[in-house]
Amino acid sequence: MKTIDLAESSIRELNQALHDQATECTEREWAVLNPRGQHNIACGLDQNLAVDIQGHAGYFCAGMNKKAHVVVHGNVGQGVAENMMSGTVRVKGDASQAAGATAHGGLLVIEGNAGARCGISMKGVDIVVKGSIGHMSCFMGQSGSLVVCGDAGDALGDSMYEVHIYVKGKVKSLGADCTEKEMRPEHIDELTELLNRAGVDEDPRSFKRYGSARELYNFKVDNADAY
Amino acid sequence: MSNDINVNPGLRESATFDRTTMAEIRRAADTGIYDIRGFGAKRKLPHFDDLLFLGASMSRYPLEGYREKCNTRVTLGTRFAKKPIVIETPVTIAGMSFGALSANAKEALGRGASMVGTSTTTGDGGMTPEERGQSSKLVYQYLPSRYGMNPDDLRKADAIEVVLGQGAKPGGGGMLLGQKITDRVAQMRTLPKGIDQRSACRHPDWTGPDDLAIKIQELREITDWQVPIYIKVGATRTYYDVKLAVKAGADVIVVDGMQGGTAATQDVFIEHVGIPTLAAIPQAVQALQEMGMHRKVQLIVSGGIRNGADVAKCMALGADAVAIGTAALVALGCNDPKWSADYEKIGSAAGYYDDYQEGKDPAGISTQDPELSRRLDPVEGGRRLANYLRVLTLEAQTLARACGKNDLRNLEPEDLVALTVESAAMARVPLAGTTWIPGQQF
Repeated sequence: MKTIDLAESSIRELNQALHDQATECTEREWAVLNPRGQHNIACGLDQNLAVDIQGHAGYFCAGMNKKAHVVVHGNVGQGVAENMMSGTVRVKGDASQAAGATAHGGLLVIEGNAGARCGISMKGVDIVVKGSIGHMSCFMGQSGSLVVCGDAGDALGDSMYEVHIYVKGKVKSLGADCTEKEMRPEHIDELTELLNRAGVDEDPRSFKRYGSARELYNFKVDNADAY
Repeated sequence: MSNDINVNPGLRESATFDRTTMAEIRRAADTGIYDIRGFGAKRKLPHFDDLLFLGASMSRYPLEGYREKCNTRVTLGTRFAKKPIVIETPVTIAGMSFGALSANAKEALGRGASMVGTSTTTGDGGMTPEERGQSSKLVYQYLPSRYGMNPDDLRKADAIEVVLGQGAKPGGGGMLLGQKITDRVAQMRTLPKGIDQRSACRHPDWTGPDDLAIKIQELREITDWQVPIYIKVGATRTYYDVKLAVKAGADVIVVDGMQGGTAATQDVFIEHVGIPTLAAIPQAVQALQEMGMHRKVQLIVSGGIRNGADVAKCMALGADAVAIGTAALVALGCNDPKWSADYEKIGSAAGYYDDYQEGKDPAGISTQDPELSRRLDPVEGGRRLANYLRVLTLEAQTLARACGKNDLRNLEPEDLVALTVESAAMARVPLAGTTWIPGQQF
């Protein structure tokens, strides 16, 4: 395992060392010490690496991740795993707002709670949150799955498209065009698989499913009051 | 389009309720929904036509028009990027999306720009292989929607443009109606086919300039600090926006005035939000100068640029380069009278067509219809655009030489006067024949 101590090395040096692995992979396991909440840790990775961040990280940790498996042993700031393409990102603590924003693929697991706008504009990523999520989560979400084992805040799934949302706890309110939907067997199967991948021990039958009512997909005068 | 010759001179049209205004009231009453259209502001605005150059005579020394060099090469992104962009003419192609435009149109833009050594720009729909393949210098837009955004394309780009807004609709997001969401467009944007796509107006993962600074650092980290990062704003509070953009770490700032075009938005947005390009440039330059960053952070100006005089006037007011969108589409064939019969069939006319959102463009540019798209030959379109870009460059050089300048960027406000009080106040140059600059002490 290669260790980089951010008390001694810069973010630039860390990211360049990790990026260099995309060209020639010489070390698959990396430990990052003393992250101290710095921003942009391990962003832009493009190799099947295991990166262990031993502490709290700031904004955009593991942003645009491809292939890599990143674990944060602490909390993360805004936009963790934003625009992730593949791989996994696991946050042992809590995540600030916009976790997994616009992400196209991969798996984001937050073992604590996530703030506002979790999964905003998500485009194919799977997100599993063991705790609760904040308001406006999955706003304009396009594709992928959002699993919440706790509660969801106001305006869940506002103006969303084709994301599958599963919530075990209470939903404070649904956003425009978001509606509760039937949990059919294929959804139980999908949720079971998501919980297994995330390593979360929950009964999939205790969740409710939410999705788009698809009433706002095209402009209609009659829908003006929805906006 | 009225034939005024046949109107009884005793009839007087209201300046307030003219025929266009009344037609819109009737349209609104018929449909119950606002008018959506493309193009830019159509109202009369203070513009570059209201400025004139003071050519050299006794007190200034001109350069020979056909012999002495006048440099047009500009380097963009010299502040932080390891690989700044060098363009041979300061006229670039503005961001326009595949989706709004056909694949052939995007390819033609790339071909034309590459032939003259300038850059072209993606749009709200990601990067297509055709566009990357034909563009020697490609700026990749980073938009609130993040449609098609991925780190591979980001690393293929020659520059990244973080879009905060555009002149046609500052504060508004993109719009692409269902008729243009084909299988390919839907796949690139991860959206169901046929829906009315409404892009976000705000970026999803940052709010405010302090966050933007961190976002820019992230983009630099992902691209290993190789390429320049632009920030594009619609012209509104330009002085403050430019200062904040510099503080956030921009290499290049793009200011798009309200004459800038769009593929689709509400007419009320296009005509009533933002400020004219003419008014925005001095604000941007003042902000850069006060921060000691003029020419260090380069300024690109867009919005209503049509000819070499407009280019030269932008440069004289302090821009480092300009960007064109609508004019480039016209060069490709948009609104060409050769399609007059087809324009009439869809209730429009050559020279007036602005319903880009409908996807029925007879010129095959703002459409995804395969049959219409085939009307635009990307090779011929590229040749026409290259010709037009060469003319803009030659015209700008002609004016610069007449003012005694051997580099377009040596043009200065002192070379300009204004024809109207409004343009003098906005451009901060004297009213012609006077030393009076409204709003400034003398």
